[in-house]
Amino acid sequence: MTLDQAKEGQRVRIEGFVGDDLVLQRLMEMGLLEDEEVEVVGFAPLGDPMEIRLRDYRLSLRQSEAARIRVILILPDS
Amino acid sequence: MMAVRNPTIALVGNPNTGKTTLFNALAGMNQRVGNYPGVTVETKKGKLHIADRTLDLIDLPGTYSLAPRSPDEMVAVDVILGNNPSEPRPDVVVTIVDASNLERNLYLMTQVLELGVPVIIALNMVDVARSQGLKIDVDRLSQQLGVPIVPIQANRGVGLDALKSAIARVLESPACGRCPAFPDAFEHEVATLQACTGPTEPVYLIRRLVLDVGGYAEKRLGAKYGADLIDKMHAARQRLVQAGFTLAGIEARIRYAWIRKMTAGCIERPVERVVSWTDRLDKVLTHRILGTLIFLAVMFLVFETIFVVADPFMGWIKLGVGWIEETVASAMAAGPLRSLLVEGVIRGVGAVVVFIPQIVFLFAIIAVLEDCGYMARAAFLMDRLMARAGLNGKSFIPLLSSMACAVPGIMSARVIENPRDRLATILVAPLMSCSARLPVYSLLVAAFLPIEEYGWFVPGLVFFSLYLIGIILAPALAFVLKSTLLRGETPVFVMEMPLYKMPSAYTVLRRSFDAGRMFLKRAGTMILASMILVWAALYFPSGDFASRIETATQRLEGQRDELDEESIAAQEKKINELRSEWKAQSLLGQVGKWIEPAVEPLGWDWRIGMAALASFPAREVMVGTLGIIFGEGEGDAGEEEYRRTLGGALREARRPDGRAVFSVPVALSVLVFFALCCQCVSTLVVIKRETNTWRWPIFTFVYMTALAYVGAFLTYQIGCLF
Repeated sequence: MTLDQAKEGQRVRIEGFVGDDLVLQRLMEMGLLEDEEVEVVGFAPLGDPMEIRLRDYRLSLRQSEAARIRVILILPDS
Repeated sequence: MMAVRNPTIALVGNPNTGKTTLFNALAGMNQRVGNYPGVTVETKKGKLHIADRTLDLIDLPGTYSLAPRSPDEMVAVDVILGNNPSEPRPDVVVTIVDASNLERNLYLMTQVLELGVPVIIALNMVDVARSQGLKIDVDRLSQQLGVPIVPIQANRGVGLDALKSAIARVLESPACGRCPAFPDAFEHEVATLQACTGPTEPVYLIRRLVLDVGGYAEKRLGAKYGADLIDKMHAARQRLVQAGFTLAGIEARIRYAWIRKMTAGCIERPVERVVSWTDRLDKVLTHRILGTLIFLAVMFLVFETIFVVADPFMGWIKLGVGWIEETVASAMAAGPLRSLLVEGVIRGVGAVVVFIPQIVFLFAIIAVLEDCGYMARAAFLMDRLMARAGLNGKSFIPLLSSMACAVPGIMSARVIENPRDRLATILVAPLMSCSARLPVYSLLVAAFLPIEEYGWFVPGLVFFSLYLIGIILAPALAFVLKSTLLRGETPVFVMEMPLYKMPSAYTVLRRSFDAGRMFLKRAGTMILASMILVWAALYFPSGDFASRIETATQRLEGQRDELDEESIAAQEKKINELRSEWKAQSLLGQVGKWIEPAVEPLGWDWRIGMAALASFPAREVMVGTLGIIFGEGEGDAGEEEYRRTLGGALREARRPDGRAVFSVPVALSVLVFFALCCQCVSTLVVIKRETNTWRWPIFTFVYMTALAYVGAFLTYQIGCLF
């Protein structure tokens, strides 16, 4: 799946990216890289953009950008 | 004698790291804002005193990365490389790093290291990091990175002395830290390209040339070395991609991997993340319903402040200017000099100063909202809505503020990082109905669409529609601009959501003070000059009008006690008629008559056209000008009584053939013209200042005037059908 499909409160791990362009360069500069864990903090009132937590900070990005990031869900250890 | 230059210290860092606070703490009151030619970003400069030495301090624009995509973003790189002609190469670069967000902040630091300058890390917000349970082994980290690290709390002034001594030590024995190495295949391509440019081009730029697709390095080096270099660059990129690299990721992967390796063992995170104040606040402030409600409340507060709270201050300024006008007028003999001084200079200065309260208040609020971290949340909440117009969430506040006044609104567009979004916001902001349009709206609506004749809802509806014109057209035009003139890839909207914190009083005061001063300094003279120009166009040729009015006024004053009310009114009417006659034959009046064919399709006669012309420097002049031309004398546009009498006069006004000058379609056409036209020199001058070129104010003026003309034309022609 891609990051935009993750739900509020879910934790995911980045697997890879779609494409090779300026958007990705910006995302990667901000620390969105393979194997990083990301938590979905929430969505704005109209469902876009979304807020995530990564490394030690929070970032908001649009769905169109989140769709460029392939992730897998980290299942909560029960 | 050769002047020995002071050592130069540059300050760089990510946004939201307390960089401005640190700069203020180091430079104190003695700072100035600088602009380099061709760029719109500002750099601040100040002096730093260490022991008995004086150092020059440059505050570079906050950024997450030194991968320049525009001349604005190139400023920091050029200054650090020593490529900026007006700035010596910094001897030390102090990189401010947020201790609670170490990895991402160190990313920029590794780029600075690569530029080959001695670096000191000012590790800010160590208290915040501690409260989040982060433990940083500063000495070990410093050893690993090979860079001095000084823990500070810029907002409390903690650690500044240690930072100063660290700067002094590095100046004594400069040394550059280690930086991450790029893969061999990449470095090989860089070396090949550098062979084409020669060793004078810094390696950093060549690396950027390969890495940044569509970046600024392509433009600059391409212009310098020609298409040959660009061809080689494309070939190099192609080879790298074939070798399995993604260009977008080469740099980030290397830097972050290196950072993780270097910080390993130096940073200890709590097993369970500490729930912070920011988490709790964000639960409410970015909540779908609660967050939206609070946002609306905050925006209402912003609007009220510039609209209502600033109002008494503006009133006092107007009173003060009026008092000075009277004092000067009574002290001087009638004549062109007095008129120039009173109606040109003093009134012109008043027209400039009157903006100050709104600018200062708006910037104080924006500084509070930015400094405490709410601005990012507001942009987050509004982004989807603004994205439909091709803008982003940060455009909301400038557009809202423009409903009070476009001048502070346009200045506040500085909060928008993306240059194209910022420009689009600036260009459409003047379409929002500002408070200066209100008196014109009130005058015409009350005179031609009164409640008594058209029903209780009509005046309100017209007012609402006039505001709606701006609210609909501004985003619509932004959309058109973004898909034509300002077309480009959709900007990446990645926005940090910073931690909430108490805003610093000093930062807030400083920003509003700077905004006010900058407006006076950079825009004031231009506005004044244009006011004087229009004064002259309305004054000359003066014939003997001035002295006839003066005599008539004096005679009236001398007899006032003996005359009954009727004769006083008759005499006053005569004086007003003289004024009206004078303006009608003035330069502007002649132009008004000359352009009458052009305004005829709008339903206007030459007098309306002339009043519209006279109000091009400042639309609030419209009411007073109509007053003079239609023989009611010049009064206070803010006064209801005056507007009522003037309204009556406008209804009575007749053309030479006996037709009424105004009808409902004519009034509506004038209203629409005013809603759309950019009759405000201040706005244009501020656009020039913010975009650093005359191209955009001219563009704004032309498109808004065209829009206003077409709008007024359609309104009149359609209105006449009923």
